[in-house]
Parts: sequence; C-alpha cells; structure tokens
Amino acid sequence: MLQTQDWSAIWLTLKLATTVTALLLLLGTPLAWWLANTRSRLRGAASALVSMPLVLPPTVLGFYLLLLMGPNGPLGQLTQSLGLGLLPFTFGGLVLASTFYSLPFVVQPIQNAIEAIGARPREVAATLRASPWDSFWSVILPLARPGFLTAAVLGFAHTVGEFGVVLMIGGNIPGQTRVVSVQIFDHVEALEYAQAHWLSAGMVAFSFLVLLLLYSLNPDSRRRGV
Amino acid sequence: MKVLISLLAAIGLVSPVLADEVKVAVAANFTAPMQKIAAEFEKDTGHRAVVSTGATGAFYAQIKNGAPFEVFLSADDETPAKLEAEGAGLKGSRFTYAIGKLVLWSAKAGVVDDKGAVLKKGDFAKLALANPKTAPYGAAAIELMKKQGVFDSLQAKIVQGENISQAFQFVSTGNAELGFVALSQVWQDGALKSGSAWIVPASEYTPIRQDAILLGKGAGKPAAEALLKYLKGDKALAVIKSYGYDI
Repeated sequence: MLQTQDWSAIWLTLKLATTVTALLLLLGTPLAWWLANTRSRLRGAASALVSMPLVLPPTVLGFYLLLLMGPNGPLGQLTQSLGLGLLPFTFGGLVLASTFYSLPFVVQPIQNAIEAIGARPREVAATLRASPWDSFWSVILPLARPGFLTAAVLGFAHTVGEFGVVLMIGGNIPGQTRVVSVQIFDHVEALEYAQAHWLSAGMVAFSFLVLLLLYSLNPDSRRRGV
Repeated sequence: MKVLISLLAAIGLVSPVLADEVKVAVAANFTAPMQKIAAEFEKDTGHRAVVSTGATGAFYAQIKNGAPFEVFLSADDETPAKLEAEGAGLKGSRFTYAIGKLVLWSAKAGVVDDKGAVLKKGDFAKLALANPKTAPYGAAAIELMKKQGVFDSLQAKIVQGENISQAFQFVSTGNAELGFVALSQVWQDGALKSGSAWIVPASEYTPIRQDAILLGKGAGKPAAEALLKYLKGDKALAVIKSYGYDI
C-alpha cells in the first residue's frame, strides 16, 4: 500500500496544482481577454508565445528555467537581489515553471469562450449603462462559464501530470518538490513495482474522473466551440 | 546491382559484412569514456557500438521488458548479478570494468578544500547528489556523510538528481554550490577540468564496482563479444584510467 512518502507526494502535487490553477485563472483571464479583443499587431506573436509550451518538450523548458533561475541567470539574479534566494529546488520554483507550462491549457479555452460570445452582448450591456467592469462580471463571466471550467480543469490536470520540468529543476526534495510523477519514477527505478502500481493506477483513475467530470459538466462544449 | 548496394551501404541501409553493430546500455557516469572507447573500438575492429546512456535502474526495467540491448555496462555490481540470476544475462560473462571514485566538487575555485572540511563547516545552501535509492554514487555519498557525522546537519540542504549526470548539472549551473559527483565527470587526463574538488578517500565508502554483462540478445553475436573483450584490453583500460576510474 501507499507509504507516508507517497501521501506526502500526493499532497504536494495537489497543493501545486491548486496554486498554479488559481494563479493561472488570475493571470490568464486578462491575457485571454486581451487576445480575444485586441487588434494589435502583437497579437500573433503573443498567441504564439502562449502556445509554445504545447509544442516544446518539457526538457527544453526545464533546462532553460534552470539556467534562467540559477545564480548566473537574469531571473536568479533578480530573485537574489529581492532577497528571495534562488528558485530551483523550491516549491515556488515549481509554481513558476508550472505556470509557464500549463499557460496554454488555461488561456486558450477562456479566449475561445470570450471570442464565441462576441461583442454583441457587451454592446447591449453598454447601452444599458453597464460599465466594462460590470459587464465583465454580470455578462461575460456567466456566458463564458464553460470555458472557465474547462480552463480550470485542464490547467489543474496538466499540472498534476507534469514530469519533465519538475525533474529538471526540482531536485527531488520530499515535501517540497517530490511530486507524484517523480515519486513513481523513483519507485520504478528502485524496482519497487508494487508501490509504482498503486500510485500509477491512482493517476489513471484520477485522470479518468477528471475528464469524466469535464465532459459531464460541459456536455455542449463542442457546440460552443470551447 | 553493385551500384545499388554501395549506394545503400553509403546511406547505412546495408552494412558491409564485417561491420556488425552492438547495442550497449551504459550507466550515465561512464558516458564520456564510453564515447571514446566506442570510437576506438570501431576503428580497431570495424564493429560499431551504438551507445545508449541512462540510469541503471531504468535500464534494468527496460532489459527485463524486451529492450534490444546486447551489452550492459552498469553503475553497480548488483544489477548485473540480478540480471544473471534471473536469466536475462549470460552466466559467467560478468566482470568489473571500472571502479568508480566519488568526488565532492564545486564549479567555483576555492569552495571545496582538499580535505573536505567544507562539509563540517556547512556554509553553503545546497548540496547536490544522485538519488541514493537508485544511484550507487548517491548511496556512497550518504555513507560518507554518515561516517563523518555530518549527515544530520546537512540533510536539509540536499538536492537530488535522478542520476549522477543530473547531480553534475545542478552543480555545474551553480544552482547547487557543491555536490557529490563521479570523478569521471570532472577529471580528464589526470587533472581536474575546472572548479575545486575533494577526491574522497576510497576507505570512506564501499567501493563502487561497476560491472558489465553480456545480455541474452547479445549471446553468440561477434560484435557484442568483441566489445566485452575490448573493454578488458589495454587501450580501453588506458581510457578508463584517464577518466579517474580505478581498475
């Protein structure tokens, strides 16, 4: 059965995924809003940047983050001068890396939902003297709810499933950076196949439940184009 | 027809009769010397060694599940023994090709003294090592720290790489000020390549015997047998020693 170390990995993974999802909804929503509405020439470049983690191998992201966040990297020098120390091998470092890594999974569904609504409902709201802020909260948000739900579930699930980036910058510290995927890798490497099975089967069940939840809460997602 | 064959040979589809191929799984710490040995092996015998490097435990799982490797150079002596006992490796083909040396290394000069006193002082934030559960060099590092009585005070500073290559990477990028790596990674032609280091005396930890074994898929294949023989020869031994291994 599962040992204390396995439970600690599960708890850490859930904590990481929750933090990253919350952060991504907070940062991703304005970004998705801007991408859906802007006519700026930067739109193409910004969309490409947001989508890049879909294409890049996690090892590329992990390798560059390790260099950027290291003592000789610009990000590492910034965090050190702010008195935050260095980010690799810390929970904060994993949060930052995962935020990059899961960004497209949150931004794209929200952006699609906002685009599908179009400008019309907002224009109507404006004629009824709703401020842009008001119309966002009482018109766009309720209409784009399925998009936000998809974004949250995908962002959470994708962070839970992360392995390559964590392996590159985590340092395998119990309770701080040793997430479930790394713990499974360790069990397999140490030939502890029984424990690897418990955790792996748990991940299979978890992914199925998450996707089941997504599809049953969002049955008309195809029609809405999110 | 002749033209066609030589054309195919040129793009590697048909190999000339003598130039057989041997697929070798090599422990991460032996990557650099193996590349050198493979090049000389090809020059001297005409056989080509196709080298895959990685973690010993991962190779074990792959070999047990049908990986196409013919020769296995392990980072320890337990895994080849286990493979032999389980019938995946050939009886009597096992031998020690290198004895690994542990080194405490920093990418910066002057950080590690030549007695390893820096461990007792502990004035650093992160100490990298390979996962002691799966990597012999990691286990040796833990053994040493316990013997020196510094393990409890340093435990919170330890960061683990999945294998010795990653431990090296953490130190070389400066993310960990120092770490335990294999001497072969920082040593070339009898001298330290860069930074500062303490070569841990062999008496301080259980010798890291690295064994090679002929796997079932390589049985009776001339190229595989030739490689194992070549590893015991003078030329290979010279390369192995030049990277700081004992043998």
